[in-house]
Amino acid sequence: MAAGTQDAALAPSFAERHAGTIRALRLYARTFARNGSAMLGLAIVLLFLTTAAIGPWIVPFPEDAAGAIHLDIKLQPPDAVHWFGTDEVGNDVFTRVVLGTRVTLQIACIVTGVAMLIGVPLGMIAGFVGGWVQEAIMRVTDVFLSVPGLVLAIAIVGALGPGIVNAMLALSLVWWPGYVRLVQAKTLALKNEIYVQAARSMGASSLRIVFVHILPNCTSPIMVKASMDMGMAILGAASLGFLGLGAQPPFPEWGAMISVARTYLPDWWWYSFFPGVAIAVTVLGFNLLGDGLRDILDPKHRE
Amino acid sequence: MTGPAPLLSVQDFRLEFDTFDGVYKAIDGIGFDLAPGESLGIVGETGCGKSVTAKSVMGLLPSPPARVRGGRILFDGEDLLRVGERRMRAIRGNEIAMIFQDPMTYLNPVFSIGTQLVDVILAHQRARPRAERMTRERARDHAVEMLRRVHLPNPERQLDSYPYQLSGGMRQRVLIAMALSGRPRLLIADEPTTALDVTIQAQILDLIGELRRDLGLSVVMITHDLGVVASVCDRVVVMYAGQIVEDAPVARLFDHPAHPYTRGLLAAVPHPGRPAASLSSIPGSLPNLLDPPAGCRFHGRCPLAGDDCLRPPPTTAVADGHRVACWRAMEAADAGA
Amino acid sequence: MLRFTLRRAVLMVFMLLGLLAITFTISHIAPADPAALAAGPDADRAMIERYRVEYGLDRPMYEQFAIYLQRLLTGNWGKSIHTTRQVWDDLVTYFPNTFELVMFSILIAVALGVPLGVVAAVYQNRPIDHTIRILTVSGVALPMFWLGLMAQLYFALHLGWFPLGGRIEMMTDPPQAITHLLLVDSLLRGQFSTFVEGLHHIVLPAVALCFPALASIIRVNRAEMLETLNQDYIVNARAHGLSTFRIVAVYALKNAMLPTMAMIGLRFGWMLGGTVLVETVFDWPGIGLYAVQAAISSDFEPIMGATIVLGFFFMMTNFVIDLIYGILDPRVREQV
Repeated sequence: MAAGTQDAALAPSFAERHAGTIRALRLYARTFARNGSAMLGLAIVLLFLTTAAIGPWIVPFPEDAAGAIHLDIKLQPPDAVHWFGTDEVGNDVFTRVVLGTRVTLQIACIVTGVAMLIGVPLGMIAGFVGGWVQEAIMRVTDVFLSVPGLVLAIAIVGALGPGIVNAMLALSLVWWPGYVRLVQAKTLALKNEIYVQAARSMGASSLRIVFVHILPNCTSPIMVKASMDMGMAILGAASLGFLGLGAQPPFPEWGAMISVARTYLPDWWWYSFFPGVAIAVTVLGFNLLGDGLRDILDPKHRE
Repeated sequence: MTGPAPLLSVQDFRLEFDTFDGVYKAIDGIGFDLAPGESLGIVGETGCGKSVTAKSVMGLLPSPPARVRGGRILFDGEDLLRVGERRMRAIRGNEIAMIFQDPMTYLNPVFSIGTQLVDVILAHQRARPRAERMTRERARDHAVEMLRRVHLPNPERQLDSYPYQLSGGMRQRVLIAMALSGRPRLLIADEPTTALDVTIQAQILDLIGELRRDLGLSVVMITHDLGVVASVCDRVVVMYAGQIVEDAPVARLFDHPAHPYTRGLLAAVPHPGRPAASLSSIPGSLPNLLDPPAGCRFHGRCPLAGDDCLRPPPTTAVADGHRVACWRAMEAADAGA
Repeated sequence: MLRFTLRRAVLMVFMLLGLLAITFTISHIAPADPAALAAGPDADRAMIERYRVEYGLDRPMYEQFAIYLQRLLTGNWGKSIHTTRQVWDDLVTYFPNTFELVMFSILIAVALGVPLGVVAAVYQNRPIDHTIRILTVSGVALPMFWLGLMAQLYFALHLGWFPLGGRIEMMTDPPQAITHLLLVDSLLRGQFSTFVEGLHHIVLPAVALCFPALASIIRVNRAEMLETLNQDYIVNARAHGLSTFRIVAVYALKNAMLPTMAMIGLRFGWMLGGTVLVETVFDWPGIGLYAVQAAISSDFEPIMGATIVLGFFFMMTNFVIDLIYGILDPRVREQV
């Protein structure tokens, strides 16, 4: 008991050992909190995540998710019961918009995640190894970047057939080149930093240099880009859904909902209006968050 | 002071910057005169306020964050702090011109030398009566003339070249040509040789000296290099932490420095007659001007500091045309002699 | 400058080959049976086998790629099940409409975006800057197709200012083709009322399409102007008495335009993707609508054709932007 206390007194506490990191984090938090639009973005994203997590338990009409049919109350304007009105088979639009958050979050995470899994290692290899490996990787990346993303995604979905899984796959396949560019440039720059050169001269292995020195220094730009890309991926998936190439109705995906709803314009406007607002607000949230992150993590871009 | 009316007279000038951390008191009540045809050096460490003084004369400090807190800057009797942007624009280049430290960054990278020079010349024409204004063709000829005047080789050809194609020395010549193209009476040179190689430095200083003689220019030379002062200036003002600590003719300053700070600066200059080991530097660094120390701002670093130095030092004339702001001025002068 | 241009052109040929390699991969490797896909959904086994031999799908990959290139070069881009016409003919019909829409839209984006970016930078943190920021923040977040629908709802249906969709009215005869661009042809043929009608139809889709690009252009231009206005050469220009207008609109803007041009090139790609959405919303008879209709019915050849054409169009624009870059910045054209 006494020895334990003594040890605890001698060994630096967690707070002491990580004082530098904690100070840096506190500075980040303060800078971030001073930035109004970044805080708004964070609030929106948190709201979005919470909704996605507890959505099925808070919606007023859970059975409307898969497309229950209540023709007697179809196409009702917004009122106290149906906040966003009802659709052509009497489903509550509010319920379906709320449930859409979960699908949307899944799509955004998978697309961004897969793109990162492909792009980050490729970029690091290209930047670190150099030579013809770099040439090959970068030229392929250039070609992918030279085709408009959504167009290529449509081509891929066209080959694989419409559907939400194929849509996600297609979006992931067009999304990775951005990460290659980003990580390759950063790796190239870091490779010539004095501390990396020093580690190398002391005989550190390539793997160790990559994981200890390069990857941690790439995380902030990757995080910034990922946050922005979550928003863009949501837009992309909704676009494919709208075109009828992504999620298929009656699946509660925002783009697919609008794709059906547009045939009920202009008289039943609420049906397309609210899912659109949901997309816009969510994307806005991720963009503002990304902007805010960039402001604190990448001081060069600070205004 | 007797003699001709000064061309430039800075009187009790004060200037601050608003920053996130508070008010930065960059210039605190400085004053000096410049006679027509005279060449004045302003010397001091980085951050002492010498460049800020120069930019204030030109009205080039953005406000906010800069804020003038008092004083006058008289040019030929006209207070530049109160003339307004319109008049100031006519003065810039036509009456007072300025050249800067780093010729690499002061030329626009995406326009040719000729375009930039001609633009400046044409801008000067607005201050002239309509009948005397130059046409674009005439301005181009004038540009060639100016480039020749600053000894740039192949001036006609150089008009079409871009800044990145010229060496640092050539760019500084172009900037000097630009500065002289409006036939100004006063040239302010803000560390014009700092970024250049030593041999080029000498050439540029020679050029400035030559132009001064031939055109009757007055020069304010801002520098941290006492060697530059010795070769081009008639008189020197030493600045420390936003204040003037000493003002003397060049020869007098070098032989009888009265302020301990000036003595420190002089001791830091390498000298052929002295072993390198005795090269001294002044310990410490500039005080924080967000919260300047009371009394003499140098006392924290001064070897002679005493209790009286906590009160603002009086400015005393230790000889004809030699003023110093220090409680220990005479001691310092004796010690240095 | 000539060498610079040539180099870019050679580079573009390689990029085009890369693009064709992608479409080749998608159409020959991705699907389980490319022959079945190419033959169409209604083909029986014999037809599929005939296809396999005819298109060389039983040969090694590199040979197949050579055959693929040869096919494309000879104008045999396959047949559309959906329109029952040759894909090449369809593309020639639809592409000019897309070209017009996208060009009109990028014109709006640049013509509005650059000055607004400058204004926002010059009046940084003043009310006008904040107003412009609302535009830039919302521009990237609003889904383009939804924006199009809402624009239809309000400006076409509610206010009646613009037609709901389409290229021209059903009853109007398009001008006889010269350039295949309706706005240009109608002017060349002197059919002024058709021109006005075409213009009337293009406004809503073009505005909906330009929104994200407009937002990005303003954003980048503002940031670059802010940075440029702090440069030493701007101080130097002021020190020599140049007028504020000349300093901002010429000396600073030309420097700020370089990164802005790069952004315009990038966003052009977004627009080509977005045109698919906008054409669907506004029934615009362009290549995007064509591709989507084909994709929904798994009509393969038209999708690949449209992808190649849109990809090539994007490359051409970036080529042109590279050239403009070279004209603007002497350093770029030197470093060949």
